[in-house]
Amino acid sequence: MKYRSVFDIIGPVMIGPSSSHTAGAARIGKMARQLFGRQPEWAKIYLYGSFAKTYKGHGTDVAIIGGLLNYDTFDERIKDAFRQAEEAGMKVEFIEEEGSSDHPNTARIKIGDKDGDFELVGISIGGGKAEITELNGFELRLSGGSPAILVMHNDRYGAIASVTKVLAEHEINIGHMEVVRKEQGKDAMMVIETDQVIPDDVMNQLGTCDHILQVVTIAD
Amino acid sequence: MFRSVSELIQITEDQNIPISEVMIQQEIEESSKTREEIFTEMERNLDIMEKAVEDGLKGVKSRSGLTGGDAVLINKYREEKQPLSGDLLLDVVSKAVSTNEVNAAMGTICATPTAGSAGCVPGVLFGLKDRLNPTREEMVRFLFTAGAFGQVIANNASISGAAGGCQAEVGSAAGMASAAAVEMAGGTPEQSAQAMAITLKNMLGLVCDPVAGLVEVPCVKRNAMGSSQAIVSADLALAGVTSRIPCDEVIGAMYQIGQKMSSTLKETAEGGLAATPTGKALAAKIFGSAAE
Repeated sequence: MKYRSVFDIIGPVMIGPSSSHTAGAARIGKMARQLFGRQPEWAKIYLYGSFAKTYKGHGTDVAIIGGLLNYDTFDERIKDAFRQAEEAGMKVEFIEEEGSSDHPNTARIKIGDKDGDFELVGISIGGGKAEITELNGFELRLSGGSPAILVMHNDRYGAIASVTKVLAEHEINIGHMEVVRKEQGKDAMMVIETDQVIPDDVMNQLGTCDHILQVVTIAD
Repeated sequence: MFRSVSELIQITEDQNIPISEVMIQQEIEESSKTREEIFTEMERNLDIMEKAVEDGLKGVKSRSGLTGGDAVLINKYREEKQPLSGDLLLDVVSKAVSTNEVNAAMGTICATPTAGSAGCVPGVLFGLKDRLNPTREEMVRFLFTAGAFGQVIANNASISGAAGGCQAEVGSAAGMASAAAVEMAGGTPEQSAQAMAITLKNMLGLVCDPVAGLVEVPCVKRNAMGSSQAIVSADLALAGVTSRIPCDEVIGAMYQIGQKMSSTLKETAEGGLAATPTGKALAAKIFGSAAE
């Protein structure tokens, strides 16, 4: 049984017109905003495939900006997102990419401010569901369907154990986990999907673990 | 958990409860939320639908300019003239169109079951409001009943235009609405299933061929026709008319037809109305301006 909840059928509440091109796009933007952890000052958004061809008609552009402003899929301000971005001091640029991508509805989002920048690739897989497939050059798969923690760390023994030990102490169950690295012994990243939202004190504790560089979280 | 319409009806008969109650009890079991939480969540969806209906009747316009304003026209005609199809039917239609025009204009809607088919369920529900004078709880129950039938379709066929064509989107939405209308009008669960079967039979084969790939043409008017079919089917079922083909077999047929349907007719904007000279010209105009 793929559909188990009545709210999969009567729902979600969303800004139209398309669950894939609007609601899904907003979710990609919001995941980027949450992972960056603060309001970016600039955003460059590269659109591929069907996103590149139909983004104006579907409002994919304002949906992504709305997400970057931390709006939900049903936030009416999405329609007015260009002006809202200006007021929030965020410069926005859209680039229509000619090249193909693995998925027809793909966006690459680069965001940043004077303290740093951040890059991810998101895909909208239908029905308002979105996934992150790349983050700062790391390939991964993050659905945003459950709360998640992303941990940048040194590729050393014990790093993973130190993080999972903290989660176990706080009785937080891991639903899915993957570890990716660019090169042996250099930077690596853990993606941990959990059953519960991660409280701030647990996040702070994770940040002090051995070999951990940075910890960010997204809640649904 | 019920897997078919016949199982759903069997539960209502064994326990002597309405379809909406079966859906509510299953949701409590599956989600481990309380009845109050589930009711509140569904009532919020109802509020969203009501506001979308109201917004569209004030007049909206989509970004592409392809849709908007028809709900106002229909409603004005309904109030000033004597509609051939009757006041109630055009009220239903204007509210379905209203919802989809709001969707196309980037308003807030509740997907039922999708964004492109979001008009049928609220159109029928709010169009019947003045006739049946339901309580707020009965209106929320309407949505649970619609959801129960939608869930059976989603698990046995599809509710996605890309997977099953428009029959899976507007067809499902219209079927769900007709079944829920029967329950709100005091019909039996079996009559709800009959209404669903009659509606869906008439939607079989409907392709998903949106002009320029946008959720506008023909989606808005398909919701107008879907919602009116839902009302007629509900009346047929309440009159005692039955479908010779059982509801579950109609759903099965819908699945098979969706499988055989060419991908050019499943939300790719490569066939059907999208591929007509005018459809292509509209697409060129919209994307031409988009490329500026």
